[in-house]
Amino acid sequence: MNEGRLFVNSSPHLKSMRTTRGIMFDVIIALIPAVIFSIYFFSFMAALIVVVSAATAVVFEFLYNLLAKKKQTVGNLSAVVTGILLALNLPPVKSSLWIAAVGTFVAIVIVKMLFGGIGKNIFNPAIAARVFLTVSFAGQMTDWVAPGADAISTATPLALIQNGTITGYLDLFLGNIGGSLGETSALALLIGLIWLLSRKVITWHIPVSFVGTVALLSFVMGHDPLFHVLSGGLLLGAIFMATDYVSSPTTWIGKLIFGFGCGLITIMIRLFGNLPEGVSFSILFMNALVPLIDRYTVPKSFGEVKANA
Amino acid sequence: MKQKNRIKGGVKTPHYKNTAKAETKVMPVPDKVEITMLHHIGAPCLPTVSKGDQVFVGTKIGDSDKFVSAPIHSSVSGTITQITKRLMSNGSYVDSVIIKSDGLQTIDPSIEPPVVNTKEDFLRAMRESGLVGLGGAGFPAHVKLNPPGDKKIDYLLINAAECEPYITSDYRESIENSWNVISGINIVMDFLGIENVLIGVEDNKPATIKVLNDIADTDKNIHAVSLKSKYPQGAEKMLIYALTGRKVPAGGLPMDVGVIVMNVASVSFVAKYLKTGMPLVRKRLTVDGAVVKEPANVDCCVGTYIKDLIDFCGGFTEEPYKILMGGPMMGVAQYTVDMPVLKQNNAILAFNKKQSELPEETACIRCGSCVRSCPMSLMPQQLDILANSGNVEGLAKYNVMSCIECGTCSYVCPAKRHLVQAIRKGKTLVKTKGSKK
Repeated sequence: MNEGRLFVNSSPHLKSMRTTRGIMFDVIIALIPAVIFSIYFFSFMAALIVVVSAATAVVFEFLYNLLAKKKQTVGNLSAVVTGILLALNLPPVKSSLWIAAVGTFVAIVIVKMLFGGIGKNIFNPAIAARVFLTVSFAGQMTDWVAPGADAISTATPLALIQNGTITGYLDLFLGNIGGSLGETSALALLIGLIWLLSRKVITWHIPVSFVGTVALLSFVMGHDPLFHVLSGGLLLGAIFMATDYVSSPTTWIGKLIFGFGCGLITIMIRLFGNLPEGVSFSILFMNALVPLIDRYTVPKSFGEVKANA
Repeated sequence: MKQKNRIKGGVKTPHYKNTAKAETKVMPVPDKVEITMLHHIGAPCLPTVSKGDQVFVGTKIGDSDKFVSAPIHSSVSGTITQITKRLMSNGSYVDSVIIKSDGLQTIDPSIEPPVVNTKEDFLRAMRESGLVGLGGAGFPAHVKLNPPGDKKIDYLLINAAECEPYITSDYRESIENSWNVISGINIVMDFLGIENVLIGVEDNKPATIKVLNDIADTDKNIHAVSLKSKYPQGAEKMLIYALTGRKVPAGGLPMDVGVIVMNVASVSFVAKYLKTGMPLVRKRLTVDGAVVKEPANVDCCVGTYIKDLIDFCGGFTEEPYKILMGGPMMGVAQYTVDMPVLKQNNAILAFNKKQSELPEETACIRCGSCVRSCPMSLMPQQLDILANSGNVEGLAKYNVMSCIECGTCSYVCPAKRHLVQAIRKGKTLVKTKGSKK
């Protein structure tokens, strides 16, 4: 009995059913088409890489919290999402199994937990890990294979175009190409996008401004915009990586600027840089600019009177 | 008539309008009432009676000589047993008068309809009636209806939105007392010379819109407007924007944009008072919540204890864990059932333990839901960080004082952060430390 005393706390006394875990679960569902298509094209190895990546991510976060004596956070499923996203950035080969583990260590422990845990990291953990791996283990990270059981080495469409070989649109759209697990099938990623938008997990601003900028600038520079949109890690990056809440701006104008910056840098690297793909670097670079963007895109409050009006 | 603008942000809360269909029940006079000296925004009253005095229904028991205040009257006939200090839920103490009722409800012999010929007569009558904003804020009506001469008012807006979940008292008022609502509107229009009236009603109450439009005189510019049901449509600034497109400037008042807003129960009371001369001593409240046996709208005496009110509604089905004065979004949690009802209360909600406990706060994930849904276009996520780190300059820069504490941000936050609480802390910091610059 509480002796007639009642529980008192600050308003509001009603909260919506949405939780961080619920949002992360929606993202996992949005990633399922991409995972299924990767298994279809690259068979069992793809599934194994995804599982290993997600599992090691969870284990590293669990151990970190344990050792640092912090509240356990693996329940919010953000580590699982990071693990799956990182897996989708890796080539569908055996070396990716240990590469994934190294990658999730970098993503979870260094980029996320050491920066303060979820909500405080400046850089997208999965993207930062991918860049780390690309630079440190260039060979394993570019060990692309063609779809199918034989695992024949191939180059990605972006690398092929540098030598003048064009890949057909249908192959690009469905995913019958070389590339990382998740970036090949545009169709799978677009299904995920529709799910995320309908569940109000993300807004249209970043994907549209990122992809739109790439399309527009590639067209202006005399290249095929549809090819650039469908190839490389653009759709995976624009839909799932650049839209990461923590490392992107909160205001809608900020999001548009962020997407534009990512698109600009991606095209510059693709057309003028040595590397065939620039999505990862562009996102990482724009992540660093987010605090600045947020500061300068504060919305005008209702009834705000400018001091020097 | 359609609304002029959609409010930015806001959220679709569940409605829970369980008590909408039933006729209001009149509660018999309780044995004892406690009437505090502060039922309004402004200066508290001082008791004008003493222990042992005999009072009647409508006898004045408290008044103040300050401008922004309103007199307080007895809601029962009986004897004053005690004048004491009552601890309110916000930690402050107010004087209060406890009256033992004799059950007779004898009306004070001096009560008669006021003589009102001029605007001055009208404002004096409004003061003597003890009318305060019955939508919950409790701002003294005679002050609100008396803007300074340089403020030209061309719109009277009537707030019948009732956007909080559970509460249906304004809805019942507009259905059961529609003639008084329109009558009161006409009185205010005439004495204040206001030409246009819009009555804002959320679209989950189509009956209200029809009834009011049927009775209103269409060539006198009174229209009931259907508003999209979205919390906090009934917040004053949001209502003004939705009906007229005007934005009240930060730190300003509705009169700064040529508008006066009155709650539908308040304007209905204006008509009742001019007809009878009986000051504000009764209130309609929605009594609801999982642990109330028979939820209902109850017409009761001001000063009735919550415990007696709930007993009239069949009592508690189980031990209550949390009791709110007001709705679930902005209501104030009470610390005891022995708390008396105030003039401006609209609802008493009682919940059990399972419904009352809120989920634990977790880390902000910068999802931006709060920024997207804030009706005042603020950034609660930033205000949370600034308040918790005591950054007074930052709080002022991010317009913390513009927050109307509607609770939308806390409601939508997936990390379950106590955003409104942090913002309240931030406002206190700005008020205390900011002035020392």
